[in-house]
Amino acid sequence: MPGMITAFVATTQRELLLSLRRPGDMLNPLVFFLMVSTLFPLAIGPDNETLKEIGPGVTWVAALLAMLLSLNSLFMSDYEDGSLEQLLLSGQPLPVIGLGKTLAHWLVTGLPLVIVAPIVAVTYRLPNEVIVVMMMTLLLGTISLSLLGAIGAALTVGIHRGTALLSLLVLPLSMPLLIFGARTVALAAGNEVYSAGIFFLAAYAVGALTLAPFATAAALRISNE
Amino acid sequence: MNHKLEAADLTLFRGERCLFAGIGFALAHGAVLALKGANGSGKTSLLRALAGLIDLEEGTIKWDGRPVLEDPQQFRSQFVWYGHRTGFKQDLTPLENLKFDAMLRPQRDASPRDVLCSVGLEKQMELPMRQLSAGQQRRAALARMLIADVPLWLMDEPFTNLDVAGREFVEATLGTHLTRGGMAIIATHQALSLSVPVDELVIQ
Repeated sequence: MPGMITAFVATTQRELLLSLRRPGDMLNPLVFFLMVSTLFPLAIGPDNETLKEIGPGVTWVAALLAMLLSLNSLFMSDYEDGSLEQLLLSGQPLPVIGLGKTLAHWLVTGLPLVIVAPIVAVTYRLPNEVIVVMMMTLLLGTISLSLLGAIGAALTVGIHRGTALLSLLVLPLSMPLLIFGARTVALAAGNEVYSAGIFFLAAYAVGALTLAPFATAAALRISNE
Repeated sequence: MNHKLEAADLTLFRGERCLFAGIGFALAHGAVLALKGANGSGKTSLLRALAGLIDLEEGTIKWDGRPVLEDPQQFRSQFVWYGHRTGFKQDLTPLENLKFDAMLRPQRDASPRDVLCSVGLEKQMELPMRQLSAGQQRRAALARMLIADVPLWLMDEPFTNLDVAGREFVEATLGTHLTRGGMAIIATHQALSLSVPVDELVIQ
């Protein structure tokens, strides 16, 4: 019987292959993020100070919503074509398989947001040092969001049009990420000490990484009753 | 190794409705059990409960004398599930699907290509699943059973969408599986024509 690591790698590879076959699903959240965060400067006007002030918050809200937008489909197609059943009934531990799927989700949704964040930051006239901080907060934040989102997606997988419920479940848990993420970038922009925020986001990500896979597995079993 | 599956006093409620109560059976190596009953009588639910997808109200299921709830994951690596849906991704080819499946449970020493050829998909194994007909997709799902090295097959309506040749093929592979010492539980309305005697369990 293949080991856990093999199962984890195979799951991640399969999900990445599936995303490649359907690039639209991957691009959707990214386009949404870029649209929302670049429309704000156009609507508000070219005042440098205002832009610098709202930039961190707007970027973070756009990133959070983009991640939420993509979560619904995380387990949906597996549920519909019966492959979720096969995963639930396999001899491999379900948390490992769930973590593999979550990693793939982050690689195709979260990571691209982090990579394009500098483009967005430039439209808000944020200086280079702040852009680095923004990328760091988004990197840690999107990891946590993928992991938390997997729990919500697993709980709502059997529910028709569960998107609203999914947001309702995930948003409260992700509020600390939004508050600390946006505030950390704002502090960095104001030349103040911001390291505490980074530490908090890192701690949150580690906590989510430790606990979320088990919660996701339990949720998947419940929603497949 | 000779395995043994025993179930006693199985009771399942869906909401307020009792689907079945006090059902029991024993299945030894080389034996097959057919679950019979009208539509909606709970054949699929019983099969899902045996697999551990649904929690039973009451009853114990033992694998080799040990309750399966003590180590559900170990039990899950002893069977393979053949459900209404194929469980294969429509965007991937049968070959890619089968290779992924190989990670999920113990495998026989056979290459996925050979197994797909043996179910009659030599020309379709590199096409996306969505381009295959319903019957061909069922055949691909059958390849999963053939490549898995597990004693127990759980099959839910295995003859849906299959032509006469496909049906005979399922019965032939089941026969091979049983003579190897495997066992199977099959929920079906149709009569099985197998070389071994078929035990029946009728759900009222």
